[in-house]
Formats: sequence, structure tokens, C-alpha cells
Amino acid sequence: MINKTVATLEESVAGIFDGATVMIGGFGTAGQPAELIDALIHQGARDLTIVNNNAGNGDIGLAALLKAGRVRKIICSFPRQSDSHVFDSLYRAGQIELELVPQGNLAVRIQAAGAGLGAIFTPTGFGTLLAEGKETRHIDGKDYVLEYPIKADFALIKAHKGDRWGNLTYRKAARNFGPIMAMAADCTIAQVNQIVSLGELDPESVVTPGIFVQRLVRIQHQPAASAA
Amino acid sequence: MNKWNRDQIAQKVALDIPEGAYVNLGIGLPTRVANFLPPDREIILHSENGILGMGPAPLPADIDPDLINAGKEPVTLQPGGCYFHHGDSFAMMRGGHLDICVLGAFQVSRRGDLANWHTGAPDAIPAVGGAMDLAIGAKKVYVMMDFLTKTGDCKLVDTCEYPLTGIGCVDRLYTDLAIIDIHQGQLLVRELADGLTFDDLQRLTGVTLTYQPAH
Repeated sequence: MINKTVATLEESVAGIFDGATVMIGGFGTAGQPAELIDALIHQGARDLTIVNNNAGNGDIGLAALLKAGRVRKIICSFPRQSDSHVFDSLYRAGQIELELVPQGNLAVRIQAAGAGLGAIFTPTGFGTLLAEGKETRHIDGKDYVLEYPIKADFALIKAHKGDRWGNLTYRKAARNFGPIMAMAADCTIAQVNQIVSLGELDPESVVTPGIFVQRLVRIQHQPAASAA
Repeated sequence: MNKWNRDQIAQKVALDIPEGAYVNLGIGLPTRVANFLPPDREIILHSENGILGMGPAPLPADIDPDLINAGKEPVTLQPGGCYFHHGDSFAMMRGGHLDICVLGAFQVSRRGDLANWHTGAPDAIPAVGGAMDLAIGAKKVYVMMDFLTKTGDCKLVDTCEYPLTGIGCVDRLYTDLAIIDIHQGQLLVRELADGLTFDDLQRLTGVTLTYQPAH
């Protein structure tokens, strides 16, 4: 019997190794798997490369992981926000490496990894600082930049409902990077609000097919933290 | 001379958005355009974080942390609206599916180059978000900005000094002094603030303008 559910947060993040590349879902705190990140902090892996749209908000979730000194490098599109003080001070102190990627290129590079592509040509960023030194091509009257896939060893994502095969649905705009990150990691770990019986999710409404998910864990309570 | 204030500029943008348009309003000043969209037009707002049919801010009791806009403020979903992941959202943007996007700017060049993501200052922490995708992807790119900086420099320039967001991508400028179309290498002044003459406006900028009122 296939059963991808694990009983505890501790088990869910087991095996994340030092130096791993870890994608973390979420746009700001919407869709950020705060409990999985807390479990990762507790687990202790360090020297991580993190892929996320942002670089942490306030002092919780991703910001707490940064604050704990576990992150060597972050790949993101929008690190600087009104409440990104943890990242800001690490960056200014030269204690974290930043790879800044336009948001759509971040998304499509993640998709390229999940889809098994070798690279993609994107028009976004052509002629800007963020394409400096990169190969370009003129295709059908338009200029494109060659960008490579972003793959991960692990993805930590937040979904709404899941079943033991790993099929997932999401809630509102908390979906954001979850489905594409799930496809781009060797091991995708999903935290869900609810685990339902096989067959209970409407097959027409499954957003992430279980093939892209390796572990899922149910979160007991709606976190107060995600309301921040 | 009466400069247009921010709400007046937002209102001018809103009135130029036609029925049926799919529109992305950038973070900051452009967000205000939503307040002035004519209620008798069906206009579908896109938010880069995976929303089509975005509605206004909810009542405090209805705030849902899973339903926010690109500026991470709580919003609502209109009937008929939907959610999708980031891959689809940026395909809409990059793939030319949005009719209009409205962005802020530090500078715009006479050729329509846009600089709006980074001051380039050595101590600045750069953040780009979806600006570069919107700039090159939407069918029409409108920029809302003051004509002059606080220190009196014109933001419509020959060549942008700030790092670029996109090349030749801006179609129209809505400023506090004038509305200007960037069309085939020409800067066509469509409307002037009350009491401002074309010559007044031309004196404020180093680039050559052409007076061609819309009506």
C-alpha cells in the first residue's frame, strides 16, 4: 500500500542534508509552510541554498531559518520588503549570498527543471543587469535570454488537502509556487491542513498529482503565524 | 497651474481602461487605479501571485491570509474569479495575455525604456519581483509617475541612468503634468494639466516633445 503520509513534522524533514538546495513555497507568508520550516530549523541542516520568492518576513518561518544561520545562499525575486530585516542585516553583513531572479524567470526555471528541460529562452530581463553575461538569441524578431533550470533536492510546500497518494489541492492564493516547486525537487514534502481518504478529492480538481509528492504531513492547527 | 494629484492621475488611467480588459496594476501608486475603475465596465484584475478577478480589500472580519495581492495586502475574489499557480500567472504576463499593465517608474527614456526596480545605489538591496515580466509581456504598458523628481529633475529622459527593467516597453505616461504617448520614437503630448502650456512642459525636459492632443 502506498502511504506517503508521515506522522510527525520531525519525520517529514528527516534526511535534509547540509548543503542541500531546498525550495520553499509561498509568496510572503501566504502559502509559506511555516511548520515545515520550524521543523527544518529543529532538524539542524545547514549551509542550505534556499529558493523562495522572498527572503523572509518578520521573525518567523523563512526569516527564522535565516536568523538561525542555516542559509548560505538564497535564490529569490523580491528580498527587500518592509519586514525583511533579518535578510537585510545578513546581506549587509555579507553573511548571505543573493541570486536575484525576475519572478517569472524564477517560476519558469523551476518549471523547466520539473519538466526535464535543459534550458529555456525567456524575453524577461533582456538588456538588463539581471541578464548580464548571459547568452542571448534573436528569435522571430524578438530578443531572449538563455536561462537554466533551478532544481532542488527538497521542496517544502503548503497545500490544503492531500491523500495518501500525495494528491494535493490548495487554498486560494496560497497555491502560488507550490505546484511548480513540487515538480522540481527530488523529494517534495507537503504540509496539509487535512488528509482525506483516497478518492475523496475530486479528480478534476487535483492541482498537484501525487507523483510529484513524496511525503505529506498534517498540521493540527491553523497557525496563528500565517495571519501576520 | 494645477498639477494633477495622485488620485486624479489614477482616475485618468482608470477611464482609459476599456470594458473587458485584463489588467495588472503594479505595486504602489498604480494600485490606486482600482479605486476609480468605472463600475459599469467589467474589467478583470490580475495579481501576479495567482489571481484573476481580484476584488477590493475585505472588511477586517473577512481578512484571509491566503488571499493577498502582489503588495501582500488582503484582497477579495470577485464572482467568476479564479486562482492558479505561479507558472500560469507569469505565462499570462510574459505571454502577452494581459491587455494593460500599469507600473511606477524612476525614469522612462524617450524610446520607452523603463527603469523602476533598482536605484543602483551601492548600499541598496535590489528586489525585482514581477516588474521585468510585466514590462515586456503586457500588450500595453502604462507608467504612472511624477514628471519631475523631488529635486526637480525630469523623469522622462534621453537615456535612463538607473538600471533598466525593460527596453522600449512603455507605451504611455500618465504624469502629474501631462499624458504622453510613446509612439514610433516620438513623444506625443495628449493632454496637459490645467494652466500648463506645451512650451512650459517642453522647458522642463531635455527630450523633444510633440503636441498632439487626443481630442
